[in-house]
Amino acid sequence: MLLEINALTKHFGGVAAVKDVSFNVREGEIFALIGPNGAGKTTVFNLITGVLAPDTGTMVFMGRPLAGMKPHRIAAMGLTRTFQNLQLFGRMSVLENVMAGAHLKGKTGFLKSLARWPGSVAENKMIERDALKLLKEVGLEDQAGLYAAALPFGQQRLLEIARSMASNPRLVLLDEPAAGLNSAETKILAGYLKHLREQGKSMVLVEHDMETVMEVADRIMVLNFGESIGEGTPEVIQADPKVIKAYLGEDDQVA
Amino acid sequence: MNKKIALWGILILAFALLPLFIKSNYLLGVLIVIGLYTIIVIGLGILMGYAGQVSFGHAAFFGMGSYTVAVLTTACHWPTIPALIASLILPGLVAAIIGGPTLKLRELYLALATLAFGILVHILFNELKGITGGPSGMTGIPYLSIGGLVFDRDIKFYYLVWVTVLLVSLAVHNLIHSRMGRAMRAIRESEHASETSGIDTAGLKLQAFVFSAVLAGLAGGLYAFYVTFVSPSPFGFHTSVQFVLMAVVGGLGTFWGPLLGAGLVVALGEVLRWAIPLVIPGAGGEYQIIFFGIILMLIMVIKPEGLGAITDLFKKPRVEEVQ
Repeated sequence: MLLEINALTKHFGGVAAVKDVSFNVREGEIFALIGPNGAGKTTVFNLITGVLAPDTGTMVFMGRPLAGMKPHRIAAMGLTRTFQNLQLFGRMSVLENVMAGAHLKGKTGFLKSLARWPGSVAENKMIERDALKLLKEVGLEDQAGLYAAALPFGQQRLLEIARSMASNPRLVLLDEPAAGLNSAETKILAGYLKHLREQGKSMVLVEHDMETVMEVADRIMVLNFGESIGEGTPEVIQADPKVIKAYLGEDDQVA
Repeated sequence: MNKKIALWGILILAFALLPLFIKSNYLLGVLIVIGLYTIIVIGLGILMGYAGQVSFGHAAFFGMGSYTVAVLTTACHWPTIPALIASLILPGLVAAIIGGPTLKLRELYLALATLAFGILVHILFNELKGITGGPSGMTGIPYLSIGGLVFDRDIKFYYLVWVTVLLVSLAVHNLIHSRMGRAMRAIRESEHASETSGIDTAGLKLQAFVFSAVLAGLAGGLYAFYVTFVSPSPFGFHTSVQFVLMAVVGGLGTFWGPLLGAGLVVALGEVLRWAIPLVIPGAGGEYQIIFFGIILMLIMVIKPEGLGAITDLFKKPRVEEVQ
């Protein structure tokens, strides 16, 4: 099992944002977390990536507990993420964004950087080459020299996903990657996520766009008020009366 | 690329030949001070412009470098080169110790903490009379000698300082264009995204802080060998503010910013000291500060990105940010 989440709980003040949530993510699958706004999905991401500390519960990634680890240490273990409200490096070029995302691929430290140590230049070239390859995959190679902030919104989403992939992680947490995309862009996104899965990447997907979720997810968990109210394949979830009542029933997006 | 090398070549040549046309020791002295301040502002520029952290206490590291040289060469009779090396290490160590807790603070709080640190160290310079000589300072610092070459005249010191500026600039140029430079710019843009990219943001900020303190210490050590006399007065709060001013006026995150900022602020101070009494007879130092403020305010209004951003004019136009 790649990621094991067990009885995770987090309170903000008196309110339980996440309550006794458990799930597993398997190698090579897309696991979707869905639920109404405020159901605790982003909080789960913040707990897994070390931005927040859980009140109780355990999180184990590749056999190692994540509790108390700093976000950059968790990234070094092979777990990265994207953000619901984009967190691009706006005043850096598109290429540099992906290269910064590949920080973990390099070893050159502060002193060696000052001295332009032999090897650091070659290392940088290697990182640049890999970054360009990634940009090509998401169709942004022609925009490599632009500031990230100059990209249209849809391309910014793609760039952030490319950046989260740049360090070659085992698991990526994607927080509403389709939010704000038009239908054409959403199709490109869904295609890219499936392409990544074929390459052996595992993903946890938080998403409101049900069409995309049903299309790409292998398994789905539904959160409501911080609690899990159902888990299973897209078919099972779509047929679950509890889920329909709590969430899907009022949503005309469901295909 | 060739243009860039040509620009460097012309600048180096200009700095190398400049003393041939300068007959006054006063002007040479001003250029030496500009060089020393440039070294400090380069470090501060890395801290502020790339790692996104502000420090209002860098005069303290500058002073520590000076006092390290003063104490080691006079009271301890150390040779000059080990004393100069120590003037880099001690401020670096102090920065490493106070940096851990201090850099956890943000914006105003970080500014206040570094400001308090700078004031504290300045008080220590005054009060630790047994070590620092108190307000009257320390005299008798020997001239720096490197392998038989004794830096006993301003002209020699001029070359020493500006060669140091060149070496520091090259090192920082390397840094900015490296993996670590990219990581620092990423921290400035988004700490969350930097962390999830595997960048140790706290560690890198600390490294930038220590690096800037080491450079301030180096400038301080050289300063002590230049004036051969050290007292607390050049290392107060006012100097720390000036360093920040130089960094901002020069342009944060720009390569030429530190040189332009240090040059302009020092030169402006000297010119005003000379010019204001001509215009307003009997005017004191307070008039100088008023004009100083007005001119700097004008620069910030006209060119808020700082003077270093002027090089943008020579670049090909870039796509502007979308609204």
